[in-house]
Formats: sequence, structure tokens, C-alpha cells
Amino acid sequence: MFTTKSGEKILVVDGHVHLWDGSDENCKNRYGEEFIKCFYDYHKLSPKEYVWPYKKYQKYTDEDFEQDVFENGYVDIAIFNPQYLGDFYHHGFSSPDRNEAFRKKHPDRVITNGFWDPRNEEAGLKQLEQDAQKYGWRGIKLYTAEWKGDSKGWKLTDPWSYRYLEKSQELGLKNIHVHKGPTIRPLNKDAFDVADVDEVASLFPDLNFIVEHCGLPRLNDFTFIAAQEPNVYAGLAVAIALIHTRPRYFSEIISELLFWLGPDRILFGSDYALWQPKWIIDKFMDLELPADLVAETGPLTLEMKKKILGENAARLYHIDIGEQNKRFGQPISERAEPAGITAPVA
Amino acid sequence: MAGLDRREEVWSALNAVTDPEIDESVVSLEFVTEVNIDSSNRVEIDFRLPTYWCAPNFAFLMASDMRDAVTALEWVKDVSVRLFDHFSADLINRSVALRQDFRDAFPGETDDDLSAVRQKFLGQAFERRQELLLQYLMARGYGPDWIARAGLSELIGLELDQEGIALRNLYLFTRRKIDPNAEENALAFTTQDGMPLNGPELKSYLRKIAATRRNAEFNGFICRSLLSGRVKRSQSENPEVSGEISVP
Repeated sequence: MFTTKSGEKILVVDGHVHLWDGSDENCKNRYGEEFIKCFYDYHKLSPKEYVWPYKKYQKYTDEDFEQDVFENGYVDIAIFNPQYLGDFYHHGFSSPDRNEAFRKKHPDRVITNGFWDPRNEEAGLKQLEQDAQKYGWRGIKLYTAEWKGDSKGWKLTDPWSYRYLEKSQELGLKNIHVHKGPTIRPLNKDAFDVADVDEVASLFPDLNFIVEHCGLPRLNDFTFIAAQEPNVYAGLAVAIALIHTRPRYFSEIISELLFWLGPDRILFGSDYALWQPKWIIDKFMDLELPADLVAETGPLTLEMKKKILGENAARLYHIDIGEQNKRFGQPISERAEPAGITAPVA
Repeated sequence: MAGLDRREEVWSALNAVTDPEIDESVVSLEFVTEVNIDSSNRVEIDFRLPTYWCAPNFAFLMASDMRDAVTALEWVKDVSVRLFDHFSADLINRSVALRQDFRDAFPGETDDDLSAVRQKFLGQAFERRQELLLQYLMARGYGPDWIARAGLSELIGLELDQEGIALRNLYLFTRRKIDPNAEENALAFTTQDGMPLNGPELKSYLRKIAATRRNAEFNGFICRSLLSGRVKRSQSENPEVSGEISVP
């Protein structure tokens, strides 16, 4: 919960968080090492005082998460959008078991999404059914650049992907978070092309497609697609981290998104532990768009900020805002919960 | 000294090679780390990208463009381009050395060569450079009517300051690539498909090309940040490389 200078309390749903393990012990190969190193380079977009030592960044504890996200980070409800990366890490980069254990500790404050991979074909469909039930998944996170054997990625329009989207719909997993990464086949095409999002969004109008990182590095193509498809949403993770180093750039992005999608289809996400929600939210709440952008697309009002920080995600995940406000009237440290937190395995 | 001049020539040839996504020089982006010329005029170029994961087709484009740009220098006997710290470095380096087509570099993983993706990014570079030039001109009083009807020769003849001349040169370079046979009286400003920019649609067209320019800028910024993080990281891992003295 964020409290404005005038005392208004605002619900905060962080639409994109992780508990990951990129430790040396968990890395299967050089790819695992390079993956977490690349993440660490992104991390350095943070203000200096928020940059962790590399070792801590590789594997942090449940307590780090609780403190940075719930206690200091204003976040009422955090949505886990895991990346499994089984070809790079022995026990996965994100583990559904660990996420589930964490959710059990904070059942009111954590929503876990799962994942599927169309390359697992028939067997994966059954697995999805079981996992969705076992872990209480509420949505799906897809990472199209995940490696699997010789394959360096897949597309939402692959035939098996349709089967999985149908299954997701059947299981009530309506929120599909899509992270478009590089290296899709065929390799001669633009590796970050977002056209497949367009196609599946039209074909599955009852699913919501939250495009993480608002389609970056193809923000321009993404906004055109999102303008046409009412079930396409922009996840702000990565883009909003520019608010510290390049506030002008971020202002341009948000003003572009407001123009094409409007304020109801933009979702805040810190991508913790890439970045901490505290500084992002502080800066976002203080942000006023430069006059030339206001003249172009209008202002970024408090009402819009409230939608982006929590209300839009609340709508997608059926979070009762009135109920949340009652429940989270106080920071977590004052609630009778810490006694239930067990020591981390790390 | 001839050796120094030749190094300058190589750097200047590399300077004309761009990252397709960002439309900036691989030199100004600091991708090129090393240029060596041996006594037989064989040139070695080392380069590195912002991440280990950068799309291999873009890496291949840049590597082969660098090879071609330097090969074009008259005195050069041979060029070897070496990408390092990248997951498909070996494949790319080998096929660029063999002057293979992209299809041969990644057999079974492509359904065509890179001409379509090259064309797409040339179109984006055209829009980005056109947008920068149009913003510059509009801020100096050139309105929609002028933009819609100005001819190439008129644009070339405009008296501009240094910034304007630079923007115009950048634009004209991609305009010539897109439409090599344009005559002097052709329109100076069209869409990348050669359609005229009619007054009423100009506003939405400008919004579209502003988004193209912005997208390239964001990517440029992110790439620079990641590269700087990567360089610092590898320096602290190998202090001897950076020449830093480690303090006990």
C-alpha cells in the first residue's frame, strides 16, 4: 500500500516478481552462468544504493523478498511470473515448489502463475493440468526464447501452442503473460517480432495477453497491435526501471502506451529482484510528464497511476480492492504473521 | 606513418557499419574492441555485443557488414572478424570467414537468407532518420505543405547549420538506399514505400515514425547500459585485463 502525500492509500499489485536461484551450484552449464550475469547487468539500471553484490543477486532469501517487496516496497499483492529454464539450471531458475511454499506462507499476498512449453506436446498438456491444480496457478507466464535441446525457442502460433492456449482457457488460466525473448525460429526473421501475439489475441478473445516489457525491444510494433486487440495488455517491467536513469525516455513510453492502450490496460511490474519496487514506485508516484508530452497525449493523473499500480491487475486477477484495503491497512511487520516464517534453506 | 593511417581507415570503414536495431555505428556503440593490422595487410577485428544472448542474425549481419566494409579498402589483403563472448560466436565467426550465406551458417534453422530482415531494419532506419530531420525542419518553420511538396533538389539546396547538414546527410543516405534511382525532382519526403505525405495524414504518420525513432533510442540506451555493465563485470573478474591494481 502506498500512501500519497495527501494521505490517500493506494493498492499496489506488483505484476511481475521472482524468487530465483542462479547460484553456481544450480547452474548446469555456461548458459546458466551467462543468463544470471546478463540479468545482473540489467540490475545495474537501479540507483546505486539498491545494487546488490553479485553473490546475493544469484540467490536471495525469502526474507529478502519479504523485506524488499512487502515491507519496504509498498506491495500488497505480488504476482510470480516464473522462468523455468530447465536446460540451464538443475532445479530450474524459478522453482514452482519454492514459489508454492512461499505462497503458503503468504496466501493473501502472493499469486503464483505457472508455465508451459508447447514442445512438451501431449505429455506437457497432462502435466499442465496436474501442475495447475497442485500449485494453485492463476495464470501462465510464457518465455518464447527458452532453449530446449536443439530448439532455441518457439512461437505463440506454433500448432502445439494453440492446444496449450485452449487447455489454459479450459483450466481457467485466463491471464497469459508473454515475454518475447530473442532467438526464435526461423532465425532469419526479426527475432523479437510480436506478430504472433496479434494472431493469438484475435483467436482467443477470452484470454488476456499481458505482454511483458511492453514488447521491448519492439515497443512500436507492440503498440500498434495492442491498439487493435482489446485483450492485449502492457506489462511495465523493464520499461519502468528506466524511470531512474532516463526519466524522459520512460515518460515517452508511458505517454505512448496511454495514447494507444489507455490507462486500463497497463500493469505495473518491478521484475524483482531485477529491481526493487520501492524506488520505482516512489519515482513513479512523483512523476509528472513533461509539458510537450502532456500537450500531445494528456497528463498522467493520479487516477491513472492508481489503475496502473494496482486496479488493473486487481481486475484481471479478481482481487477485491475494498477487502484488500481492510486487510492490508498496516504494513506486514505489524501483523501477526512473522512467527509463521521459517528459516530459509539457503 | 602509414600504419596509423591504415588503422584510421579501418576504424572509419567500421564506423559506417550500423547495428540494425539501433541504427547507430558499431564503433560509437563500442562493440568493436580491437583492430589489428599485420605486416601483410591482414586485418583482424574483434567485437563484442551487449549480451551473450543478442540475436544471432543481427550479430551475423554486423560481422559480415564489417568484413565487407573493410575488405573494400584497396590495400587490405584479408579480413578476419571475431565475435567473442556470444553463444553462437563459433558458428558466426566460421561462416563469416568462409563468406557463407546466413542459411549455411545455421543449416536447418532458417527458411531464407537475411534480406527480409535487412530490408525491415533499413525501413526503420529510414523512418528514424526522416523523423529526426523533419522535427528539426518543423522547429525552423517548415510546415506540412512544404514537407508534402518539397523535392529532393530543394532539400539538398537548403541552407542549414551543421546539425541540420548532419541530419540531412543521414537521411539522404538511407533514402538513396531505399530508392537508388530517385530523380532530382522526386519528392524529398515519402513513406518508405514511396507514398507521398499528404497534409491530413501527416500527423498520424509523424506519430508512427516518432515511435520508430523512440524504439531505436530505447534499445540503444538499454544496449549501452548492458554493455557497460558487462565490461565492468568482466574487468572485475579479470583485473589484469583492465590494468587495475587490486588493493589488498
